[in-house]
Amino acid sequence: MRLEVLKTYKIYIGGQFPRTESGRYYSPLSKTGKKLANVCLCSRKDFRDAVVAARSAFAGWSNRAAFNRSQILYRMAEMLEGRKAQFIDELILQGATRAAAEKEVHLATDRLIYYAGWCDKFQQLFSAVNPVASSHFNFSAPEPTGVVAIIAPQGDALLGLVSLIAPVIAGGNTCVVLAAADKPLCAVTFAEVLNSSDLPGGVVNILTGKPEELASWFAGHMDVNATFYCEKDTDIQKMIREKSADNLKRIHFYDTIDWYSDKGQSPYFIMDAQEIKTTWHPVENIAGAGGGY
Amino acid sequence: MPVTTDRKSKTGQLTSRPDFHSTPRIDQVGVEERASRFTKRSLKKDTKLNGLRLVLNMIDLTTLEGKDTEGKVKQLCYKAMHPHDALPGLPTVAAVCVYPTMVRVAKKALEGSGIKVASVATAFPSGQAPRDVKIRDTKYAVANGADEVDMVISRGKFHAGEYNFVFDEIAAIKEACGHARLKVILETGELGTFDKVRRASDIAMHAGADFIKTSTGKIQPAATMPVTLVMLEAIRDFYYETGKMIGMKPAGGISKSKLALHYLVMVNEVLGADWLTNEWFRFGASSLANDVLMQLAKEASGLYQAGNYFSAD
Repeated sequence: MRLEVLKTYKIYIGGQFPRTESGRYYSPLSKTGKKLANVCLCSRKDFRDAVVAARSAFAGWSNRAAFNRSQILYRMAEMLEGRKAQFIDELILQGATRAAAEKEVHLATDRLIYYAGWCDKFQQLFSAVNPVASSHFNFSAPEPTGVVAIIAPQGDALLGLVSLIAPVIAGGNTCVVLAAADKPLCAVTFAEVLNSSDLPGGVVNILTGKPEELASWFAGHMDVNATFYCEKDTDIQKMIREKSADNLKRIHFYDTIDWYSDKGQSPYFIMDAQEIKTTWHPVENIAGAGGGY
Repeated sequence: MPVTTDRKSKTGQLTSRPDFHSTPRIDQVGVEERASRFTKRSLKKDTKLNGLRLVLNMIDLTTLEGKDTEGKVKQLCYKAMHPHDALPGLPTVAAVCVYPTMVRVAKKALEGSGIKVASVATAFPSGQAPRDVKIRDTKYAVANGADEVDMVISRGKFHAGEYNFVFDEIAAIKEACGHARLKVILETGELGTFDKVRRASDIAMHAGADFIKTSTGKIQPAATMPVTLVMLEAIRDFYYETGKMIGMKPAGGISKSKLALHYLVMVNEVLGADWLTNEWFRFGASSLANDVLMQLAKEASGLYQAGNYFSAD
């Protein structure tokens, strides 16, 4: 007889798999009441460390060529596809039927491919040359906002996670993500996919824990540029609105989106974590200058 | 340490100095073990806040680049006097540390603030220059108003075993300093072993150093806790032997508040609270100040801070 080797579900910060600094853990249960695993119960200090990692990864990631980001997202899809069976098993453990689990993994993989395609296309689509009255060449282009703090949907443990991470990093941002509290297994396994996809450490950081404990830190941290939240809890939404005001974070509440539908993917999700930079470039108005040559 | 050699100096006077060949040997494993213990102390909130303010007050805000300009030095001096005006009541840093040519600029910018001007000298950072050049370098800095001089020892001569040369050089620079306090940089990253760090510390202190300092910041590794511990113990032994207090300045590589607090714990436990002022302990650092300010702002506001709300220099 052989003892089964069980995986230790750790968190993902800066390309490493540490345990929570707090030493705390919790045990999410399956539908039938069986203990899934001991999972890190992250503290605000893990979040702080993750933001430091995300911030230091930002310059490198946002300066990558868009095409290179596209290649890396595609690679992530390849890795996810290769480990399909493991994700299906974990989703079933977390309460899905086999058919639902297969559908979720396939959609999640396809979603990565979808955003891989958009990496080097959204910028030209959302850029503009603006008509102005003075002699300037005036143009606007989107740029990544910076570090995005994401509280992933509590329901669609894999698809929701991927649907939020992919557009954020496709646009050149880095992020810190809190996985679904009761279904964290596939989020941690997804970190292993990221870790083997040429994605630089720190671009995506994945924590496990309780949104009610961490949401205020996600909203209040001065080095976070945007906060995404996916549940309908109006108290938490109100708190996020208030705390985000300190450094004018971009906030989005994806609380009505069906990630399985066509509405679950769109280049506008990329734009949710972009800033528009407008440049006024002086040009000589030859006709108005009165000649000279 | 046994005083065994009586020898004639160049001037023909009989001087007595310890035999630096027989300085204490250092137990490397023991020192590293001991140094790691200091990082395990629990500091409660008030202690931490007071510690952070003390750290800020002990910083020698440093700019030692080939590209330094007068404007950069003036800006650094402003930062020294106004670390972060959004937090009222902060202490200033201890000193601004610059090259000799920038001393006059810094002195003028800091006028009336009580902040000291420290100048590196003696062909910093290599120290590869003839003695008369080093003495002129020092005198130039002092004449321009430096309150403190940071000299480097001749590591090459030290490795060659010419301890008397190193001793005499430090003594000569000390004389050139006049009233300015002398910090002696051992450049521990180039010394290699703790035994040699201890020996260099003893030479520096006996030759008249007011401070001993780990590093120039140009060589890796710079200050580490174990190497600082070796130097602190040398200071302690020197104090027991002579009754004279010597200051300590770890420099380079200390950029996080938490690490700085570990250093304070170490100083307190090795030398005692008498050394916990900027008269006897300094941090040579440039980025540490902002991290301390971010921690203080975090404690005041309850929010984790972002670097881009704090002035770069």
